[in-house]
Amino acid sequence: MKPFQYLRPKTIREAISMAAEDPDARYIAGGTNLIDLMKRGIVSPSKLIDINHLPLKKIEHKGDRIHIGALALNSEVAQNKLVTVRQPLLVKALLAGASGQLRNMATVGGNLLQRTRCSYFYDTALPCNKREPGSGCSAKEGINRTHAIFFYGNETPSCIAVHPSDMCVALAALDTAVVVTGPNGERRLMMKDLHRLSTAQPELDTYLAPGELITSIEVLDNVFDKHNHYLKVRDRASYAFALVSVAAALRMEEGKIWDARVALGGVAHKPWRYWAIELMLKGKEPSEALFREVADHELKSATASGQNAFKIKMTSNAIVAALKTAAGIS
Amino acid sequence: MEKRIFDNPADPSLDRVDGRVKVTGKATYSAEYAVPNLAHAVLVTSTIAKGVITGIDAEKANSAPGVLAVISHLNAPKVPGWGSAAQPAERAPIGTSFRVFYDHFVYFDGQPVAMVVADTHERAVYAASLLKITYQSEKHRTHFEANVQQAIVPLNVQRNKTSPFADYDRGEKGQVEAHIEAEYTIPTQHHQPMEPHAIVAVWEAEDKLTVYDKNQGVKSAQGQLAQAFKIPRENVRVIAKYIGGAFGSGIRVWPHTIAAVLAAKHVGRPVKLVLGREQMFTSVGYRPYTVQKLTIGASKNGKLTSITHEGIGQTSAYEEHLERTILASRSLYACPHVSTRYRLLSLDVNTPTWMRGPGDATGMFALESAMDEMAFALNIDPLDFRIKNYAELDQERNLPWSAKSLKECYVLGAEKFGWKNRKLEPKSMQKDGVLVGYGMASSLYGFHRHPSKARAVMQADGSVIVQSATMDIGPGTGTAMTRIAAKVLGIHAKMVRFDLGDSALPDAPGQNGSSTIPSVGSAVHDVCVALRDRLIEMAFEMPGFATKEKSQVVVRNGQVLASMADTNGVSFGDILKHHHRNELEISAESKSGPERDQYSMYSFGCHFVEVEVSPFTGEVHVTRVVTCADVGTIINYKTARSQSIGGIVGGIGMALMEESAMDHRYGRYVTSDFSSYHIPVHADIPPIEVYYIDKPDVHVNPIGSKGLGEIAIVGVAAAVANAVFHATGKRIRQLPITPDKLI
Repeated sequence: MKPFQYLRPKTIREAISMAAEDPDARYIAGGTNLIDLMKRGIVSPSKLIDINHLPLKKIEHKGDRIHIGALALNSEVAQNKLVTVRQPLLVKALLAGASGQLRNMATVGGNLLQRTRCSYFYDTALPCNKREPGSGCSAKEGINRTHAIFFYGNETPSCIAVHPSDMCVALAALDTAVVVTGPNGERRLMMKDLHRLSTAQPELDTYLAPGELITSIEVLDNVFDKHNHYLKVRDRASYAFALVSVAAALRMEEGKIWDARVALGGVAHKPWRYWAIELMLKGKEPSEALFREVADHELKSATASGQNAFKIKMTSNAIVAALKTAAGIS
Repeated sequence: MEKRIFDNPADPSLDRVDGRVKVTGKATYSAEYAVPNLAHAVLVTSTIAKGVITGIDAEKANSAPGVLAVISHLNAPKVPGWGSAAQPAERAPIGTSFRVFYDHFVYFDGQPVAMVVADTHERAVYAASLLKITYQSEKHRTHFEANVQQAIVPLNVQRNKTSPFADYDRGEKGQVEAHIEAEYTIPTQHHQPMEPHAIVAVWEAEDKLTVYDKNQGVKSAQGQLAQAFKIPRENVRVIAKYIGGAFGSGIRVWPHTIAAVLAAKHVGRPVKLVLGREQMFTSVGYRPYTVQKLTIGASKNGKLTSITHEGIGQTSAYEEHLERTILASRSLYACPHVSTRYRLLSLDVNTPTWMRGPGDATGMFALESAMDEMAFALNIDPLDFRIKNYAELDQERNLPWSAKSLKECYVLGAEKFGWKNRKLEPKSMQKDGVLVGYGMASSLYGFHRHPSKARAVMQADGSVIVQSATMDIGPGTGTAMTRIAAKVLGIHAKMVRFDLGDSALPDAPGQNGSSTIPSVGSAVHDVCVALRDRLIEMAFEMPGFATKEKSQVVVRNGQVLASMADTNGVSFGDILKHHHRNELEISAESKSGPERDQYSMYSFGCHFVEVEVSPFTGEVHVTRVVTCADVGTIINYKTARSQSIGGIVGGIGMALMEESAMDHRYGRYVTSDFSSYHIPVHADIPPIEVYYIDKPDVHVNPIGSKGLGEIAIVGVAAAVANAVFHATGKRIRQLPITPDKLI
C-alpha cells in the first residue's frame, strides 16, 4: 500500500476544504470498500480524510420524508424504529446486503459510493476501462456471468460492470433525494441523477463534483409501507452480491394498484429504475399474468454479453416473484 | 482388540483440549511467532501464463524505505539440493516441485517471480508495487475442453504398469437391458482455508534451520527442507502446532516455503512470509478440473451389469498430479464388468494437489450421480437400487472387507431422514411454492495406516505427557489422542498432555488421507499399553503386590489395582517414588501387519439431503442433511461429529458454489477473493444430523478405528445434485449448481 496521510477534520467545512485542496484525497467512513481498493492497488489516495466524527448520524422524521445522516451505519438504519415501521422496503434491502459485520461498519454515504465488484476492476494486471480508461473492458468477452444487461439507449457501453449495492436499489425505488455539500455549498440530487451510466467516462461512478460530501439522504415516508418486497437472487444465502435484485413497492386500494415502484439491482451500471413498468401497473388488478407481461416488456431492452444471458429470464422471473409477494398474491 | 473402550453415555466426549487457547487467541499460529530481528517478505507473482522474464527493474523498489533485498532468479541463493541441472523441460512425475527463482521461465500465471524483503510488512508491500517486471509471452494453454484431445496416459502409469491408475478391465458385460451414459464436470476448486499459508524461517546457524510453517506434516516438511538445502535432517526443525484449516493445501512443501527460507539466507535475518488471499489461488494447489464419463448398464430388475468410468484430470505443464477419481467404481458396487480409464491433461497452470476427499469426492460425484440416473431410468428407488447391488466383498482385490456396515448406514440414515416419504417421481414434492427434493449418495474412502511412533512419559505426580510429531489441522487430534491415552492408562483426561506439530517429536505421518487416528491413534494406544504394563510390572516389584494374581490386575483412577473389586491400589506416583524415578519414559512404534493383504479396508458412509428450489429464481437451499458413517470405533463423538459436519459443509460448497473461474485469454483466475470465490456461509447450512455405526473394525488396528475426514465430504455433492434432480427434474452434471442452471 502506498504511504498516505491521515487527517481528521473537526467540522464538515474543514473536511470539504481538505478535500478541495487535493484531488487525490479521499473521504473515509466505514472503509469497507476503500480499504480493499487500497490494498489491491486500485486507488492510492494521498490523504485519507476521516469523517467518522462529524455529526452526520441522525435519523429523523421531517415533513413527508425520513432524513438519514450519511454516517448512519447500515445496521443502525436497518434497526431504527422509524425506518422499520415507516419504510420497511429500505430495511429489507439493507439486510439483504453484505454481512452483519460489514453492515456494522458500512455507512449510508459509503454504501451509495461503493464501487463495482467486477473482478477485472480489482485485478491491476488486466485491462479495465473503469480503472484505467481506454485500456479496454476485459469483461465484455470474458467472465461476465454477473455483468450488466441494461444499457442506455443504443450506445456501446465502455464498461459492463454492475453497481453492487442493495440499499441503492430500494432508494432508487423510493424517490430518494441525496443531499451533498461541497466547496460551492449544498445541493440535492435525486437518486436517478446520482449514479452515471458507463458510456463516456466509466471511471466515474457518480455526478458528485470533486470535494463534495454526501451529508444525508431523504427517503419517502410512510408510503408503500404495506405492500413491498426486496427480492435478491444470489449464489449463496448471505454475503454475496445480487445476480439480480428487485425492489418492488405497491400502493393498493380496493384490490387495484394505485401506484407502483420497481427498481432493479445487479443488472446495470447503476440502480435500474424503469418507469414504464410502473405506468403499466397503475390502475390494474394484480395478477401473475400482469406481472409477467410488464416484466417481459422491460426485458425487451436487455442485452446479454455471453455468460450472463440467463439474467434476462432470471430478471423477468424475479420481477414477477417480487411483485407477487409485494401484492400478497400466491 | 479390547472391547469398546471409548465413547459411551457413562463417559461422554471430551471438549477440545485446545479449544480454550484457540478461541481466546492464545494459540500461536505460524505467522504469529515473535522472532527477534524479523524481516518481512512479500511475493511478486507472474501476470502471464507462459513465457520468459525479460527484465526485472528493481531500482525504485531497492531504494524504497526499509527494503533489505529484492530477490529473483537473478540473485537468489542456490538451493543445493536442486543441483545445477536445468528445470525439467518436460512434465515430471509427481513430487518434482517447481523450482522457485531458479530460472527465467514462467510456467503459470501467479508463479512467484520475485520477492521483496523489508523491515516491515507494509514497506515490503509498497516496494513490491514499485517493481517493474517485463515478460515475453508465449501462447499458453489453460482451457481444458479446448485441449482435452491432448490428454495422455500419466507418465507415472507409463513407467509403472502396476500403478492403480493403469487401465482396468474386469469381467464380461452381462445383459444390458437399461443403459445410461453421461459426462460430468467439476471445475477447479480451491482449499482456501481461513488461515493463509505463512512461514517464519530462521537460520540458527549456517547449517541449522528452524521454520514455523503452516503445513500438514512437520516430519515430511523436515525431510523435504533437509534435502533441498542439503543439511542433516536433525538440523531442520519444523513447528506447526496450530493450523487454521488446510484441507490438503499443506501436504507439500510449496515454492513459497523455499522462497522464504532462501530469503532468510539472503538477508541474514529471520524472514516472515504470509501469502495474500489472491496468492493462495496459485501457490498451494487446488482440486483439479476433471471431466468424467460414466456408462452404466443394468438388467431390468435393477442389477448392475457394467460400469465404465473414464476420468481426465488437469495437471500442470511441469509435474503430474494423480488422484483416485475412477477407483471407487471398481469396489463400491457388485458388478461383473468394470472398466476404468484415467488420463491427465497438462496445461499451463500450477500443479493441483489433494483436496479433502481427493479423487473420491470428484469420482463419487460422477458415479453416484450416474447411479441416481440409472435408478431413475429403471424407475427404482435410488436407495433400493444401491442395496440391490451391495458389494459383499471387494471385487477389485477379490478380498473380504475387513468390516463393512454400509447397509446398516443406509437403513439408519434412511430412517432418521424419513426417506420413505420420498415420492419416486421428480418434481412431485412441493412446499409453500418451492420445489422439494430428496437425494442420497454413498461414500467410501480407502483405509490408510502408516508406521507411527509415540512416546509416553509418566511424571512423578502420575500425569503423563504423550508425544508424536502428528498434526491437528482441525479435527481435534490432540483431543482424540488424549482420550486414547487416558482410557488405556485409566487416568482422567486432565492428567494427559499431548504434544504434536513439532518435528523434534517421535516420527509420525502428516495429517492426510484420513490416516491420523488409524496410524497415530494406534501408536498412542500401543505406547500407553506398554507404559501401563511397565507400571504393573513395577507395582509387582513392590511389597504387598508380589503375591497377587497378575491376570486380575487392572488400572483405574491412576492406580494399579489387584482386581476390579479392589478399591485401594497403588498410585502411579507411588510406584515411581518407590522405584526412585522422577519419570518413566516409554517409546513405541506401531504399524500394519499381514492383515493388509488379507482384507480390503475402507471407511463407508452415506448422506441424505433435502433441498428446496425456488422455481422462480433457481436458488437451491439445502434444508436438511442426515449423514451416517461406518468408520469403526469412534474415539470422541463430539469432535468426530464436528469433523463430519465440516465435511458436509465442504460438500455443499462443492455442489452449489465453489468454482475458480479462469479467463483463458490471460490464463488467469478472475475469482481471486472470498467475495467472488464462494464458500458456504452459516446461512447456507441447515441442521446436520450425524450418526455412526461405531462398531470396531477388529482387523485394521488395535483401536478398531478407521478414518473419517474424507468420507465426510465424499458423495455429498452427488447427494445434493440428486436432490436437485428430484426437486426439479433437471439433472445438473456440471458443478457448481448455481441458480442460472435451474431457471
